[in-house]
Amino acid sequence: MTSFSSRRVARVAAAALVAVGVTACSGAGGGGSTADGQSINVLMVNNPQMQDIQKLTADNFTKQTGIKVNYTVLPENDVRDKISQDFSSQAGQYDVATISNYETPIYAKNNWLAPLDDFIAKDSGFDQNDILEPIRQSLTAEDGKVYAEPFYGESSFLMYRKDVFDAKNLTMPEKPTWQQVADLAAQVDGAEPGMKGICLRGQPGWGQVMAPLTTVVNTFGGTWFTKDWQAQVNSPEFKEATKFYVDLVRAHGEAGAPQAGFAECLNNMTQGKVAMWYDATVAAGLLEANDSPVKGKLAFAQAPVVKTDASQWLYTWAFGVQKASKKQDNAWKFISWASGKDYEKLVGTSLGWSKVPDGKRSSTYQNPDYLAAGSSFAKQAEAAIKGAKPTDPGVQPRPASGIQFVGIPEFTDLGTQVSQQISSAIAGSTSVDDALNAGQALAEKVAEKYRAK
Amino acid sequence: MRRLVGVVAWFSAILFFAPVAWMVLTSLHSESDAATNPPSLGAGLTLQGYEEFFGASTGQSPWPPLINSFSASIGSTIIVLLLAIPAAYALSIKKVEKWTDVMFFFLSTKMLPVVAGLLPIYLVAQFTGMLDNISFLVILYTSMNLPIAVWLMRSFLAEVPPEILEAASIDGAGLITTLRRVVAPIAMPGIAATALICFIFSWNELLFARVLTGVVAGTAPVFLTGFVTSQGLFLAKVCAAATVVSLPVLIAGFAAQDKLVQGLSLGAVK
Repeated sequence: MTSFSSRRVARVAAAALVAVGVTACSGAGGGGSTADGQSINVLMVNNPQMQDIQKLTADNFTKQTGIKVNYTVLPENDVRDKISQDFSSQAGQYDVATISNYETPIYAKNNWLAPLDDFIAKDSGFDQNDILEPIRQSLTAEDGKVYAEPFYGESSFLMYRKDVFDAKNLTMPEKPTWQQVADLAAQVDGAEPGMKGICLRGQPGWGQVMAPLTTVVNTFGGTWFTKDWQAQVNSPEFKEATKFYVDLVRAHGEAGAPQAGFAECLNNMTQGKVAMWYDATVAAGLLEANDSPVKGKLAFAQAPVVKTDASQWLYTWAFGVQKASKKQDNAWKFISWASGKDYEKLVGTSLGWSKVPDGKRSSTYQNPDYLAAGSSFAKQAEAAIKGAKPTDPGVQPRPASGIQFVGIPEFTDLGTQVSQQISSAIAGSTSVDDALNAGQALAEKVAEKYRAK
Repeated sequence: MRRLVGVVAWFSAILFFAPVAWMVLTSLHSESDAATNPPSLGAGLTLQGYEEFFGASTGQSPWPPLINSFSASIGSTIIVLLLAIPAAYALSIKKVEKWTDVMFFFLSTKMLPVVAGLLPIYLVAQFTGMLDNISFLVILYTSMNLPIAVWLMRSFLAEVPPEILEAASIDGAGLITTLRRVVAPIAMPGIAATALICFIFSWNELLFARVLTGVVAGTAPVFLTGFVTSQGLFLAKVCAAATVVSLPVLIAGFAAQDKLVQGLSLGAVK
């Protein structure tokens, strides 16, 4: 060991330092935040509208304002994890993130978001009153302050193949009942080789099968919780609605229903494998896009009902500003651009009017270019969003707002666990009764917590 | 009998290669062809998925995340080797006292499920200001791979005949010279195999990369998951991205193939 001199040790240590030094920079992406603060970090869900804004930012927003926008884009579940992780610890990595009307009131209550009212008041071009009433309401927290601005909004409606209905001499009422829809599904089932009657989501997830199913529950007279926090998941109304949904999708629904979510149903509809589809209004723009094989063959009706006048949901992806962000002024400039009227025109003229992030401003539905491109669905979608009632979606008073969800933080877990049971019921491996009894036990635990408050 | 072995070998080769072939084929289809059920194998081929990967519709370049992945993987692999070879030397050739306990200690660091350490590590990164910093990933990957590398290197170094070491020592070679000029050449296949394994593990790591990186330090696997969307079709894009992201590992594997075969069969025949 005598030759193990300190000079040699130093040489090895130097080599190790070089290896660390190679990677000592913080990373290669984005260019990082510059010292003058002229850049912001935005975390977004990966939906088609978000891909468009990534493409348009550098040549428009950055050119006009000199603010560079670094985007991080992740799939829906991952983005939710990442946002709650960054915002709950107020780590401040991201200045702006896409949050929905589910998260906004909860995050605002937790003090994770910066209120936007002062920015709105100073920004005369933004025109907050142009935002559709239900959307604006759903992004305002209990304290009356606005915490997010919508990028696009959606409701739910019934999409169907007009050509198939015409060939069979069937007519769809403008405001159908679920019983009518079930009868029509039976009649159009098999209308073309390999075509099923209706596509309904069956994939587990609070944002998958639970979303359309909860609107069905609402209109059948059911609810997750009563006003005084009693769980109602195995009540007769909830059960009747779930049985109806499961029976319908098992009898006349798409192949592979227990795994079918929005994307799978979109694919089924595009490829002519189903004649009807009850889902988000944003699907209409994708079905009527220029490269869609079913373009021009579709018609649209309001969400089917039973005991209520209307039963559509309300959802929006909106931009919120993290409270810990040190660049809130620039963050607002970005939001004002992305949620503004001019951005819709920019998308319409540069990428096509069917790609406009719609469903949030009344001015959108007065734009002749937009109406020409979306002539088959624009009016129905606008009516659906305008008519949505997040605080009164069913027949009884509710303890928390939300149509296709219950606006409490526990709902993501609760909804997902119950949805797994229901998905198994759709697959036939359990009964609706067993599924809902299990769901009731889970919901009762949540209700107990709120009753104690 | 030999024929049977041949058939089984071919069958398992095809079985293992089928998902890769499916991935490459799907990456060359258009989105709507990729999403059909049953799969439309004969559909026309297009490079659209690859164009999407290189930012055709979002303008986002894949190079920063790829460079980040290279920095993290190569950086951590170099440090692991610099630390693991001397450690393995002290555990096989010049054994320290209670070397079996030391070996067990190294192994025990792998017993905690990775996810259990996630939250504490996130908090440490946040307090030290190392969130979204690729150096932090280098440190993490180094510590994750070091125990495996020590175990591997120990078994390779144990193959070095003691007679050669004695001869070197008689000729007046010191520790560093012995390591560099005698041990390293004999153990080279082993070092190559260890390096490749560390590189692959770091390259493929997703959990820590996803949680600890953000705007600047995102690695290729994180970038890859970004193509998944709940609205619209993405299979072709994701397959194209997965194909490109697997290429460096494939290339490294082919480049080190000779050494690897030697390395992995070291000590197999005595």
